[in-house]
Amino acid sequence: MSIIIDRRLNDRNKNAVNRQRFLRRYKEQIRKSVTDVVAERSITDMDKSGIVNIPVKDISEPSFHHGSSGGDREYVNSGNRHFNSGDKIPRPTGGSGKGSGEGGEGGDSDNFTFALSREEFMKLFFDDLELPHLVRNTLGEARDFKWRRAGYTPTGVPANLSVVRSLRNAMARRIAIGAPLRRQLLEMEAAQVAEDEIAADEIAANEIAAVRSRIARIPFIEEIDLRYRHRVKDPQPISRAVMFCLMDVSASMTEDKKDLAKRFFTLLYLFLTRKYEKVELVFIRHTDDAQEVDEDTFFHDTKSGGTVVLSALKLMQEIAGARYPSDSWNIYGAQVSDGDAFGADPEKSRSCLVDQLLPLVRYFAYVEVPDQVDRPSPLTHAYQRIDSDRFAMKSVMARNEVYPVLRELFKREATA
Amino acid sequence: MSVSKLGGSGLISSGAEWTFELIENYDHAIHDIAANEFGLDTYPNQIEVIASEQMLDAYASAGLPIGYPHWSYGKEFIRNEQAYRTGARGLAYEIVINSDPCIAYLMEENTMAMQALVIAHACYGHNSFFKGNYLFRQWTSADAIIDYMVFARNYVMQCEETYGAERVEEVLDSCHALMSHGVDRYRHPTPLSVAEERDRQRDREEYAWRQYDEIWRTLPTRAGAAGAQKSGAARFPTEPQENLLYFVEKYAPKLEPWQRELVRIVRKTAQYFYPQSQTKVMNEGWATFWHYTLLHRMFDKAQVDAGFMIEALASHTNVTMQRGFDQRGYGGLNPYALGFAMMCDIRRICEAPTQEDREWFPEIAGGDWMKVLDFAMRNYKDESFIGQFLSPKLMREFHLFAVADHEGEDDLVVDAIHNEQGFRRLRRLLATQYNRDQLLPDIQVTRYESAGDRSLTLRHQRSRKRPLAEEANEVLRHLARLWGFTVRLETSDESGRVESVNEIQC
Repeated sequence: MSIIIDRRLNDRNKNAVNRQRFLRRYKEQIRKSVTDVVAERSITDMDKSGIVNIPVKDISEPSFHHGSSGGDREYVNSGNRHFNSGDKIPRPTGGSGKGSGEGGEGGDSDNFTFALSREEFMKLFFDDLELPHLVRNTLGEARDFKWRRAGYTPTGVPANLSVVRSLRNAMARRIAIGAPLRRQLLEMEAAQVAEDEIAADEIAANEIAAVRSRIARIPFIEEIDLRYRHRVKDPQPISRAVMFCLMDVSASMTEDKKDLAKRFFTLLYLFLTRKYEKVELVFIRHTDDAQEVDEDTFFHDTKSGGTVVLSALKLMQEIAGARYPSDSWNIYGAQVSDGDAFGADPEKSRSCLVDQLLPLVRYFAYVEVPDQVDRPSPLTHAYQRIDSDRFAMKSVMARNEVYPVLRELFKREATA
Repeated sequence: MSVSKLGGSGLISSGAEWTFELIENYDHAIHDIAANEFGLDTYPNQIEVIASEQMLDAYASAGLPIGYPHWSYGKEFIRNEQAYRTGARGLAYEIVINSDPCIAYLMEENTMAMQALVIAHACYGHNSFFKGNYLFRQWTSADAIIDYMVFARNYVMQCEETYGAERVEEVLDSCHALMSHGVDRYRHPTPLSVAEERDRQRDREEYAWRQYDEIWRTLPTRAGAAGAQKSGAARFPTEPQENLLYFVEKYAPKLEPWQRELVRIVRKTAQYFYPQSQTKVMNEGWATFWHYTLLHRMFDKAQVDAGFMIEALASHTNVTMQRGFDQRGYGGLNPYALGFAMMCDIRRICEAPTQEDREWFPEIAGGDWMKVLDFAMRNYKDESFIGQFLSPKLMREFHLFAVADHEGEDDLVVDAIHNEQGFRRLRRLLATQYNRDQLLPDIQVTRYESAGDRSLTLRHQRSRKRPLAEEANEVLRHLARLWGFTVRLETSDESGRVESVNEIQC
């Protein structure tokens, strides 16, 4: 006779360990693929799971087997309609035969494609940026919590003791444990009434007294009766924010520089989405005049022209004034430029920023992506004189330098 | 469960929903038919209902319910999961494990009809094959495999704790690379006991004593012969060894005991799967034939309704479809299709032989099909099964044709087709295609310089001028890592003349 077992409630993730091992082993290849994904993805989609590709040849497991061509071999195939023995068929290009012997993975390409979960994807994304742990944790999970009641637990601190629940349990226990004794008592009493003999009577009376005292000895409340109110933390995002992305798109901004910019914007965005319930993005690009555009245009369209930083700052101010009043929105600004500004523009930009924008915003970060490090650009030169804890700037050449720009911000907001 | 209901006929259920009670009823009914009417001999069954995620898990470890941790299983898991999630591939309806009791997984998502089909297929088809086929009987011990895998898992994890996951992974990687050349194809003779050894020794001495004749001692020995004898004695192993993992396990000079045990674990696992790879067509054909036959019998007994049969047959047809070489999705011959067709064909030859069948199969035409099938199941593997039982009728139905790919010719040549002149050759070629010894390159250990530089020499004897895939060097590096000293691979032609030598210094 067969045994039938329901295993549906058993562990479902037996292979989680093996999966992690695979990811660890091919971290380099996966990271490279993640980099490609980041380049294509929109900022708002960044913290989702991702499909990554790694070359099959990198992860194949070798074994001794015959090569796919060379030597003599025959294959038997099905479905012949017009061949006769002796017919010649031109060799297919690539040299391999009609591989029926190999059997297997039809339609597999050269890539091993699979999905990373959101956590795995973010981990790799952060790895590249060399974020400190504190920040990773902050970004990895929602930070604000609200306590919520979630039933009762058998353990807890005295302050959470639920008296009603505990006493109810105690009563249930007393009834349950006492029931057989009481039944016994009733039977003995009934028997006593039925029998009249004196000697037996005395023994019975003793027994009845013993049972009565056992019933009396059942404790009123015990450790196992205690129930405590259970509370759990629920993540609780706070209100809303708007993030202005400002970027110089003049011809000197190469794809590499834009990639840096994108990471910088993404990082700030991720931080904000953890902190605020709703985050809106405004993209402003500028050459010698500024435009509000969508994200795709922002990162991928090129536009030629000079550079007037001020125009972008002015536009930001306008938009903020019209759509995002600072009393109901948390405003964040992020600017990326190669810093090549001319004439009076840097100075004007600086004063515009200090006088008009900084009072409005909670934080304004400027990232410069220069061609050479050693020569400070005119814009840097001007911005350097800004003294405000809401402002941060940094010259960035590589990805791992992006984070320090936001360090102050993270430190302040994350540990608060 | 009421016995009266099951003993006689009567519809077991209708509709798609299954319950544990219904599964039990169906199992009982199928068992009744399989054992009593068709005489299938099976291990007891353990039917486990699982969810789809668990099925994915089971896939990754090649169907074993438990395995040691290794990244390659993670890769396999990710690959299957991705294919499943994107809808590129469905999940198998069942997995069945060659163990005693025979464990079969049913998927929660299946309908009642599918569950019944799977029970008939796995729990009575595959199960009886595992129990009856000579390869499985010889090479696997069904009652011990689960316990062994539990041991293997614990051992590997313990090693990881003691020696670090990386070192364990290195050894396992290297062993996996050699897995295909880590099986015994022939049983080693059981080692002699001390007493037997002593008896033989005495017999030999007695024989020598009886044969002793003073005159032979005076004959001069030929110098050349003595020299040859000497060099022959120095050579180790005396006979080439084809089980590379076994050789490594026994003789690798540098391996630590725990590493040897890991090699052994991989070797044992490889050996467990050895019969499976050689009986794919037969095993699937047998199971498919039986679910088809058993369900039809149930229908005849009115235990299932027409809706049930339609569903079961729809699924059966999908599984046994054979695409032509020029159709999309062609992946060679479908073992289910070929196996099922052959099993049915054998029954047909027994029950209603044609003149052609009488010529080709005089010994079985008109015989008792159950006996013939049972005999075939017990005593054949794919290669010999096809070589013996593939009929001209099937070759015609499958429109089989052989294409020759010869190095010397510019074009591929159609070698044989399904006509009178081609049947025999076609059948032989197809049988060869399932011959494991033809598929895998012939690589053997020929020399271990145990007294010299401890280098290991392998010999690859090319068959039909076929070269090794380029990965061979990679595999050699793995072998060198296990061996710890220089490893070299000689390539020879069929006459044994060495053509080239690859060497990995260590």
